[in-house]
This record gives sequence, structure tokens and C-alpha cells, in this order.
Amino acid sequence: MIKKIVTVKLKNGLHARPAALFVQEANKFSADIFVEKDEKKVNAKSIMGIMSLAINPGSELTIIADGNDEEQAVISLSALLSKSE
Amino acid sequence: MKKKLKVSDLVEAFKLELICEKANLERLITVSDLNRPGLEMAGFFTYYPKERIQILGKTELTFINGVSSDIRRERMDRLADEETPCIIVARDLEIPEELLQIACLKKIPILRTSLNTTRFTSKLTNYLEAQLAPTITMHGVLVDVYGVGILITGSSGIGKSETALELVKRGHRLVADDAVEIRQTADDALIGTAPELIQHLLEIRGVGIINVMTLFGAGAVRIHKKITLAIQLEMWDKDKNYDRLGLEEEKIKVIDTHLPMLTIPVRPGRNLAVIIEVAAMNYRLKRMGYHAAQEFAVRLSEAIEDDAD
Repeated sequence: MIKKIVTVKLKNGLHARPAALFVQEANKFSADIFVEKDEKKVNAKSIMGIMSLAINPGSELTIIADGNDEEQAVISLSALLSKSE
Repeated sequence: MKKKLKVSDLVEAFKLELICEKANLERLITVSDLNRPGLEMAGFFTYYPKERIQILGKTELTFINGVSSDIRRERMDRLADEETPCIIVARDLEIPEELLQIACLKKIPILRTSLNTTRFTSKLTNYLEAQLAPTITMHGVLVDVYGVGILITGSSGIGKSETALELVKRGHRLVADDAVEIRQTADDALIGTAPELIQHLLEIRGVGIINVMTLFGAGAVRIHKKITLAIQLEMWDKDKNYDRLGLEEEKIKVIDTHLPMLTIPVRPGRNLAVIIEVAAMNYRLKRMGYHAAQEFAVRLSEAIEDDAD
């Protein structure tokens, strides 16, 4: 299991469309992936879960992945959040 | 996971009057128990529960006002411990000068309410127990089927939301989709709610986000529901043995509470909503004292014995 703390740089935070993209990306991996914000932990493969966190730009998230492709999962998901456009 | 409750939350929730402005309202409340320091006022501090909120009512204040100023100062100093989150005075009573000075110096908040002590204590206990109850967020769907709160879990894409939709169409109620906030109350009951942002919403792949309340009406949703049964959906695995009899009962641990759990294999052609409806009815039947599988086991063993005769 690996963990990584990421700061969200997306201009509108994880709004509906970016959230959908994020979940789509997470679903490409077989590892179990979770996102944690302020002690609330949700499944990264569930769009409603991700949106319920109302992730705003600048917030700090922890991405937790466990499984075969955990490393790639964390790298690609944190890259998605760190994009600034 | 425990939520952090600050004294300032309390001030807001109960509209308490803050006596000393300099006090630190960021102090954390960690326990839901309260203390009325009656014996402490008389000087007995051996078992003083200093981590609790202290409540001073008429009895305590009348007593302490009857002793000399020096003794009062000494006892108030011990009452306003560094660990004590705050001291609350009920009935809008006058606060002893000594207590004010000491608490202000230590920055321990002194708060005041107009309610009488017993009423305030019971309100505060309810509030603290709700706020400090352990909570978690679980990935799953919570539905109310025939009055049974069922938490449907399973990996992403297995069809939890679709099952919930079918159940709603059949007249059952949705509580939460995808993320369920679960709180364990004092008597070990698990209460599930939806995070406010996604209340009443359901996500169906290919359709998108739908609002169950506007589509199906107010009768199709619930705000919160006690969870009594967990149903785990999983892809049919031909090498795995699924329960064929229903004599064994599997359990799953959520926070510190054990829930009965059924594992239901998913395969094309299996109507999950019907299976869940039947599971709910069967669960209710068991609760009422009729256990079909056990009843059958008894009948079977009688038949075998008869044959042997």
C-alpha cells in the first residue's frame, strides 16, 4: 500500500467534469484506490464519493492505493490533480 | 475516526454567553460526559474528572458562596484545570469573582446559559453524544427495503446503484448512493446518512446523475436509516462456495458493531432487486421468530429418523 499527499492545483477544484475524468482514470487501475480529505475517506472509483468531498483548489488530499498497479495509479492520479489548467 | 469538537461549536449551538472575551475557544472537547462539581466545591478533588465540561448550577454556586474568599479561590483554581475544556454556569447565575479571575488568567472559557441546570445538562449530553459519536464513510449504497436498512457493498461497477434504482422503482427508499456516512450511536446502532452534497442523488452509468426525489417523489427517499443488514455483491466465482442453505450467519464489522452479512454473487440473469427484497423479508421473518432454513433442517432430521425406524 502506498500513500501520497497531493495539493490540488486545478483552477475550479474537482468540479463535476474534472471529477468524472479523475474517476475514469482511477477505474483504469485494478488497485483499490482511496482519496482522503479532512479525515473523510472515499473510494476514488466512485464519482459520487469524490464529489461529496467538494474538493476545492489548494486543498490537500491523500491518495491511498493498494494493489498490483498501485504505483502507476498514484503517479497518474496525482499528475491529474496537479495540472493547473 | 473521531470528529474534533471545539468549545466555539458549543457556544454557537447553544447560544451561550461568553463571559471572559480573552478565553481560548479553540479548546477541544474530547468526552461526552459532563460533571457537576458538587463534592469538588466541598474540597474533595481526589476523583475530579477534569477532562469533562463542568456545569455549575444553583446548588454548587450557593455552596461555594458560603465559604471564605481564600478557600473559594483555592477550589476555583483547582476546578479550572488546564485540561478542563470549559465551565458552564446555568440559570444566568452570578459568577464568583475568584472563578472569573482565575479562568481569565488561564484562558479557560466561562460560559453562561439561561436554561436551568437539569434541562441544559440533558440537552448538552444529547448534543455531545451525537457530535462525538465515531463515524466513517463507506463505499456502498444504503436503501430502506420493507423497513430494513440494507447497506449494499461491492466493487465499483458491480451494479449497486442500478440495484438501488430498481428497488426505488419497486417502492423502496434510497438513503445514500456511493458514499454512506455511518455514525455509531451510544447503544451501538449504526445510523447511515448521505453526505449533504449528494443527498437524493443516484449515478447511473450511461444516464448520469439523477435526482431520485424529484423523479420519484418524497416517498422514495429517506434522510437517515439504521443499518441492520449488509449485502455484499460480487462477481460470480465458480470456485467459491456460496451459501446454499442460510443456516450460517456471516458478520461484517463496521466501526465496533457487527452486522449480519449476505454475499450475493452477480451473474447475468439474476435479478438483484428481487433477491434483495426477499433477503429483507427473510430477515424480518427471522426477527419475528421464523427461520425457514432451521425449520427445514428440523423437518429433514425428523424424516431421516423416521426412515431409520
